[in-house]
Amino acid sequence: MSDSAPFDPDNNAPLEKVLIIVSRGSLDGIYPALILANGARMEGIEASVFFTFFGMNALIEKTMDSLKVSTVGNAALNLAMPMLGMPVTMPFPTMVGSIPGVSAFATHLMNKEMERLDVPPVREFLEMISDAGGKIYACKLAMDMFKLGKEDLWERLDGVLTVGDFYKEAAGTRTQVLFT
Amino acid sequence: MQKTIAGATIDVNEEGFLTDPSQWNEAVAAALAAEESVGPLTEAHWKVLHHLRAKHAAGEEVTIRQLGKSGVVTTKDLYALFPNGPLKKAARIAGVPKPVGCI
Repeated sequence: MSDSAPFDPDNNAPLEKVLIIVSRGSLDGIYPALILANGARMEGIEASVFFTFFGMNALIEKTMDSLKVSTVGNAALNLAMPMLGMPVTMPFPTMVGSIPGVSAFATHLMNKEMERLDVPPVREFLEMISDAGGKIYACKLAMDMFKLGKEDLWERLDGVLTVGDFYKEAAGTRTQVLFT
Repeated sequence: MQKTIAGATIDVNEEGFLTDPSQWNEAVAAALAAEESVGPLTEAHWKVLHHLRAKHAAGEEVTIRQLGKSGVVTTKDLYALFPNGPLKKAARIAGVPKPVGCI
C-alpha cells in the first residue's frame, strides 16, 4: 500500500494535493491563497481552500466584493511606493495608514495592479478555482463565532468543515497543508 | 533536441515543447496529445489549440482567465478537455511555448 511506504528522501513524485488555510480577511491576506490554489489546479494538483476566522470575509456575499488592503500595522507598505512613482525605500508610517481614505486608496491601487496582471477580483477568482475543480470551504467555528449562516455565504461554497473534517480533507501522503 | 513523432522531425526543448511552431501539424498534435493522455482530439480540443496558436502568432500571452472569457472554451470544459494541467498541456499539444504566468 503506497500510503504506508517508508520515507524515501529521493522520492521526487509531484504533489497531489494542497490544502490552504486563510485566516486573514484583508485583500492582501486573501490573494496569496487564491493564487496558490488556482496555480495548483493549473499544474494538475488538487486544491482545497479553508477559510477561517477573519478569512471568512472573502466568503460573505455582502463583503467579498469590497475587501480592503490593510494599511495600519503593515511595516512593509514601502513596497507599494513604486505604484505611486516613489522609491521603494520611501517609508509609509502607520499613522498615515490610519487616515480615512488611505486604505481605500491603497485598495484601489492594488485592484488596478491586479487587473493589469490579469488577476481576477475575489469573487471571480473563487469561481475560477471552483470551475477548475478546486474546493472552497468555510470553518464551522468561525461561522458560529461571527454569527454567520450558510445563507450569508457565497452560494457555490463546497461545505462547512469542523477541525476533524479539515484533517480528513488533508489525508494522503502527497498532500501539503499551507497557511497563508 | 530533435524528436521524431508522427513521421515528422521536430525540435523540442527539455520539457518537450516545440521550439519552432512552424514544425507543427495536426498529426504531430494528435501524437503529442496521446503522450499527454489527452484525447482523442475532438472539435472542442482543436478550437482551443488553434486559438492558442493564433494568439502566439499575434505575440499575445494566454491565461486561463482570458481563455475562459474568449468564448472559445469555458474554464470547466478546459479542465475536462485537458486534464491535469490544462493550459500547459494544451500549449504543448498546440506547439507553442509553455505559458509562464502564475495565473
